[in-house]
Amino acid sequence: MNLSSNNTTRDSRAEEWPPRVLHRRNFLRFAGASAAAATLLVTAACKKDDDPATTPAGNAAVNLGTGDIGILNYAYALEQLEAAFYNQVIQTPYSGITDSEKALLTDIRDHEVAHREFFKAALGTMAITGLTPDFTSINFADRTSVLGAAKAFEDLGVSAYNGAGKLIKDAGYLTLAGKIVSVEARHAAYIRNLISNGTFANSEVIDANGLEIHKDPAAVLAIAQKYVKNTIDAAGLPK
Amino acid sequence: MNVLHLLTEIEKHDPEVYGRLDTRRTAMRQFAGLGRKLAAAAVPIALGSMFRKAYGQTTLSVLDVLNYALTLEYLEAEFYTTALAKTGLIPAAALGAIQTISTHETQHVAFLRSAITAAGGMPVAKPTFDFSAGSGSGTGPLKDAFNSYQLFLAVAQALEDTGVRAYKGQAPNLLGKGDVLTAALNIHSVEARHASHIRQMNRAAGFAPTLKPWITGEDPGLGAANALVAANYAGEGTVLQANVPITNIGGQMVSAGAASEAFDEPLSRDQVLVIIKPFIKA
Repeated sequence: MNLSSNNTTRDSRAEEWPPRVLHRRNFLRFAGASAAAATLLVTAACKKDDDPATTPAGNAAVNLGTGDIGILNYAYALEQLEAAFYNQVIQTPYSGITDSEKALLTDIRDHEVAHREFFKAALGTMAITGLTPDFTSINFADRTSVLGAAKAFEDLGVSAYNGAGKLIKDAGYLTLAGKIVSVEARHAAYIRNLISNGTFANSEVIDANGLEIHKDPAAVLAIAQKYVKNTIDAAGLPK
Repeated sequence: MNVLHLLTEIEKHDPEVYGRLDTRRTAMRQFAGLGRKLAAAAVPIALGSMFRKAYGQTTLSVLDVLNYALTLEYLEAEFYTTALAKTGLIPAAALGAIQTISTHETQHVAFLRSAITAAGGMPVAKPTFDFSAGSGSGTGPLKDAFNSYQLFLAVAQALEDTGVRAYKGQAPNLLGKGDVLTAALNIHSVEARHASHIRQMNRAAGFAPTLKPWITGEDPGLGAANALVAANYAGEGTVLQANVPITNIGGQMVSAGAASEAFDEPLSRDQVLVIIKPFIKA
């Protein structure tokens, strides 16, 4: 299964240069930021044939890139994973799923698809390719297995955005990450309550100051890698 | 060019220069790093960039943001402690969750106060609150918030959803501020978990049988109480992000409702202060 296999149309925005979401100001800043960033842009610009919508990455290694683009690709990778997971949950609902659960899990699926597609559109030709998930550790027929994985994905997603915020240079991107992370936290609280009501914000994820935990990209990817066949190379991300 | 001398000169005119440049130690480290990495001619350009970032757009200072957040946390913390002290308001089955949320808000107050002090600032004093939203009259439209469990949950939901929006609105003011930004984000997501849970409580209690843990459009989803909290949800319904339409994005089936739910929207400090003004005794 390829994470972008459910695309029904080719994204015409991928052909635009610069991508519409990367404002000219930002584009110029990235272009002038450093030799490495410039190299990334050139590399990306030369890879139009590898449009993720049409050419799955298979199991090839994926390099997230550098700077804010690297962070956006990092988020795009996580959203690809979440969207693929919930797509599978909705396609093959677990035994005993209630109407309410199915409706709200479908909502979550739609949110994650929206996030994934947003990053893809925002990144344009600088987007990484579609990742190939590995969900062999999840039993999609079993409620406990599915909700346990959902909890892991949502908590991990929140901690990832919380940890990546300080690595972002552009205020617009930071706000966008903020718009998404609170929705992931809403998901996390819902999933946790499905597993055990009242665990929406327990000490597994909130410290003694009332602050949620955060993780840097290396820590997040060490956990997420289990669910992705492609090796994700985050070496270029800001530290 | 002696950058340390330059900093000392600036400090005479702007004692907060180090606050603007993260911390004094970070600033010194950055300067030291610059000297090693860059040719002498490039240093002024790099310095200019640092100061443009620090003095550029008129934004709230870190201390302004923290004190603003502290005011909101005072409000939330006192709201829950007052509710918990009111015998019979909260059903036994719901006490645990409200206690959890109350504890977090009280922890946020303590954390922000110590963070402000550590940054060399003075924590603002706690205002006198009027949870009837009557600006001190005690007879505002929410005067039954501690008598009616339904109204209590409605106000709790509006406060949590608004708290999420308020923190989100300050993220750009903390851009590049490292650990301060991280701390604010780490509170922001806790508020979102609270909001999600209160919404689930509203649904489970039958007060809002179709309410979701996420915000659909600009609908508070609170029935009769909607009119009281309309401003808290203004602007939540957008389906356009960075000029990209989210509805059916990429040829996917994403409804307008889901498109609005998928992104929570920020509120500016001015917007939030208008919303909370009736809760503060004039």
